[in-house]
Amino acid sequence: MYSVRLWSVRHARGLNSFYRGFERALTALHPLFKRIGYQRLERPVAAVERSVKGLLFDCRMCGQCILSSTGMSCPMNCPKSLRNGPCGGVRANGNCEVRPDMRCVWYLAAAGSVRIPGGPEALSRVQHPVDHRLSGKSSWLRVARERAGDVT
Amino acid sequence: MIFEDEPVPGYPLPILPGHTSPGRLERVLRAGQFAVTTEMAPPDSADPEEVYQRARIFDGYVDAINATDGSGANCHMSSVAVCALLTRVGYAPVMQISCRDKNRIAIQGDILGAAAMGVCNILCLTGDGVQAGDHPQALPVFDLDSMTLLETARMMRDEHRFLSGRKLTYSPRVLLGAAENPFALPLEWRPQRLVKKIAAGAQFIQTQYCYDVPLLRAFMRRIEDLGLLEKIFILVGVGPLRSAKTGEWMRTHVPGLHIPDAIVARLAGAADQAREGRSLCIELIQEIRSVPGVSGVHVMAYRQEDSVPEIVERSGALGGRVPWYPGRDPQRNPNRLAS
Repeated sequence: MYSVRLWSVRHARGLNSFYRGFERALTALHPLFKRIGYQRLERPVAAVERSVKGLLFDCRMCGQCILSSTGMSCPMNCPKSLRNGPCGGVRANGNCEVRPDMRCVWYLAAAGSVRIPGGPEALSRVQHPVDHRLSGKSSWLRVARERAGDVT
Repeated sequence: MIFEDEPVPGYPLPILPGHTSPGRLERVLRAGQFAVTTEMAPPDSADPEEVYQRARIFDGYVDAINATDGSGANCHMSSVAVCALLTRVGYAPVMQISCRDKNRIAIQGDILGAAAMGVCNILCLTGDGVQAGDHPQALPVFDLDSMTLLETARMMRDEHRFLSGRKLTYSPRVLLGAAENPFALPLEWRPQRLVKKIAAGAQFIQTQYCYDVPLLRAFMRRIEDLGLLEKIFILVGVGPLRSAKTGEWMRTHVPGLHIPDAIVARLAGAADQAREGRSLCIELIQEIRSVPGVSGVHVMAYRQEDSVPEIVERSGALGGRVPWYPGRDPQRNPNRLAS
């Protein structure tokens, strides 16, 4: 929801620290996830992730979440799916060139990133192209697995 | 056997030490000359002569011609094809690649093909949204963005491989460029975005139209503070406004375009607005030329391409230089140069 999305960017600091804790919990749960089977968990976890992050960030389930690097403003809401900063068409009021009634997601990202420790630096890192095979998959499970060092 | 009427082929120059392309634009920039580039509107036609007609207008006045890639999301002849035609006779095009219409497979293929056809400069753009053009029903691709496109092209050139890691037998020797808009929000983040583009591989940038030199100066100061002037050639976008009405229309309808009120007022007060627009453009070029760190101007005169020679001439931007064009040096033997 658009208004919630704006709220999330305003509360980027709190959401980021919550996520850091959540990420640690996920990583700790890796042995359990592994026992149940990541494949079996994929659908239900992705469904929960979709509804929670959908509400908070209008998440598009790209499967490779970079919210912490973009001030809690989801770049997949950019009509050009830009993951590396704003295009040259940002309107004088800070809104999107393609959708004039929507705030530019990168305008929001710039504002949100300063609320996160290390946010501006993260915003300056070049993000690699999206892997479209991960679309619709759970980012949380992938993070749990990668953080635990279980790369498959 | 050489036929009398054989066209002068586009031939690559030797790649000098520290250069990445065999192109003339890189030679001009690295020699510290003030460069002039321009933009050609590709024809809505399959006739190659229309491309040449449009290119000839600029003969002797520009160092490179940008071939746009469906700019404004309107359909025209493709930039690869325009560039292939231009390089055939030796012009130095800047091939624009937009991420809107092609995925990473098609784009990488185009980069190889273009370099094989003699393209030495590539401008990596995100591209306008489809809603801006004449086919709003089209699927917007945006598989890559300008940043990842730059990275991809640089990887192909410097690491001799595709994004997938598969090896290239001969890499594309190109100068990589990007666009930047120092006049759009968030202003304070624009120089930071340039840092990112340089990290991704940009060697030159062409900016959005500049009608506000104080803003440009502020941007350039930030660039200097960040220590970027040595790493990037900055070509500032300029263009003549046909009338106060055009200026007013452009600043309300073209997102990211910033035209101060004083500019529109000045045009509105002139008897011959088109002439005043050209004079204004010339003054801007002269003023921009004095901004430290600026390497050249990019003259965009959409539907007023005929005015480019006059503007470049009167501005004195070339400082007496005559950029190469087919037929500039008739005494030189093309056969010797081709070898």
